[in-house]
Amino acid sequence: MKTEIRFSGLGGQGIITAAVILGRAAALYSKKHVVQTQSYGPEARGGASASAVIISDDPVYYPNVTNPSVYVIMSQEAYNKYGNNAPEDALMLLDPGFVTSRPVCRCFEVPATSEAKSQLGKTVFANVIMLGALLEATGIVTYDALEHAVLDSVPKGTETNNKRALAIGQELVRSQL
Amino acid sequence: MTEKTDFLNGNVACAEGAIAAGCRFFAGYPITPSTEIAERMAARLPKIGGTFVQMEDELASVAAIIGGSWAGARTMTATSGPGFSLMMENIGYAAMTETPIVIINVQRGGPSTGQPTKAAQGDMLQCRYGSHGDYSIIALSPSSVQEMFDLTVRAFNLADRFRTPVFLMADETIGHMREKVSLHSDVEIIPRRELKEGELPCAPDENGVPGFGTFGNGHNIHITGLTHSENGYPSTDSAEVHEQLIRRQVGKIEDFRNEIADVDIVNPDAEYIFISYGAPTRTVRQLMADVPETYGHLNLRIVWPFPDESLLAFKNAKAFIIPEMNLGQIAKEVRQYTNIPIVIVPKLGGALHTPAELKKAAEVAKTVTKPMTEVRL
Repeated sequence: MKTEIRFSGLGGQGIITAAVILGRAAALYSKKHVVQTQSYGPEARGGASASAVIISDDPVYYPNVTNPSVYVIMSQEAYNKYGNNAPEDALMLLDPGFVTSRPVCRCFEVPATSEAKSQLGKTVFANVIMLGALLEATGIVTYDALEHAVLDSVPKGTETNNKRALAIGQELVRSQL
Repeated sequence: MTEKTDFLNGNVACAEGAIAAGCRFFAGYPITPSTEIAERMAARLPKIGGTFVQMEDELASVAAIIGGSWAGARTMTATSGPGFSLMMENIGYAAMTETPIVIINVQRGGPSTGQPTKAAQGDMLQCRYGSHGDYSIIALSPSSVQEMFDLTVRAFNLADRFRTPVFLMADETIGHMREKVSLHSDVEIIPRRELKEGELPCAPDENGVPGFGTFGNGHNIHITGLTHSENGYPSTDSAEVHEQLIRRQVGKIEDFRNEIADVDIVNPDAEYIFISYGAPTRTVRQLMADVPETYGHLNLRIVWPFPDESLLAFKNAKAFIIPEMNLGQIAKEVRQYTNIPIVIVPKLGGALHTPAELKKAAEVAKTVTKPMTEVRL
């Protein structure tokens, strides 16, 4: 079993951090084979940002994503570049505050940025809300694995809000099931 | 054994490997796509009694790690193409003075400033031949985050054992991808041999390597880039002294090339054999997993000195297929040791070969008769 997950959005939204956290959850706390990569260029806050995670039961040799089956999309530009090509049997989570298009595949609308602002006071938690939503929609790792990886990765003092962010994301998807 | 696992990118794993190997002095000038190595060393070294120096340029970076090495430390720098070019003069000095140093090159597209953020393997001949004069070096090539750690450790041991500059020739792909990595803290350390009392500072032992007269240990030695005799002092007129010195310095590595060799040989009975090192090894392994028992594979973890005897393992070989992220630099080296047709599969621009592209190259290989054929992707 091999799953390729594409994260995309704007620089500053925590797109790459989200991918690294998911990769960490799968590699260190789920005993999966994982490779995480990101687009790398002369990029800056506000520019395009994309990252990918390959999670597999078998060793992952070729490190580049070829057929993502899960998309997390946090900007219209990212939708135009990656989301438009999503096949019908893919799964997409998108932030409707940034993305106006809708795909042909199964899709959850996760207003991560506005919920982060209204419930946690800062948009910086949007990426962890997206991870909570991804967990609920896919079950790709266990909750414990993801929580471990989040807590490894976030600054001290933000643990409670990050755990709340995971729960908010889970609930946003659960309410659409 | 204490062992910590983490989920890191290759550059960070390289820095952790250096620290595990006992490297306590890093001098460098940050450059894309190697910068995370300098960042990690800057964050870590001061906390463990080490020293990080950001130098004014790459000439000075190599000069500083040469000095640090003579003071007895395991020393390292990290760079990419443009910085690597600037290092060439002092790399020759390190070769001539037999100074153990480790240089990491996270390769990007060149020549010149080229493609700063893209992967390439275009510096493989430069690392072997880039400084003037005849000399030899050792170069390793990692194809995973774990190998960024493990081969960095090995680079320090080889540098001390052979008293030579050792290069870790990584690339942007391996430097920036993240994988699970075991960070062993009690790695094997092979120390350099200290000069014995009464021994001449440049007189070789049975392996062709002189004892190392660490500064501050009272050896009273002279270190020079000029041709020197076994007492260490310049002797620039004698053809005999020069020839003896250069042949010994080259021989201490080249005569041990099959001892230094570190390769993986898979399906040696196959007819069509991939030879790869670094990132393209990932694609070869993917293809071999997708279509098992079809092709053979020689993976080189050490590229220089070239492990020529490993080619003999493939007794049924009808062609060697060599994907490189350059225009065939190592393929031409392979050519020197075999009459079996070679198919070069160059890929420029930063993207890794895909499994489908290598499959296509293998199909071409079934039809070739010329000594060297290029597959244009």
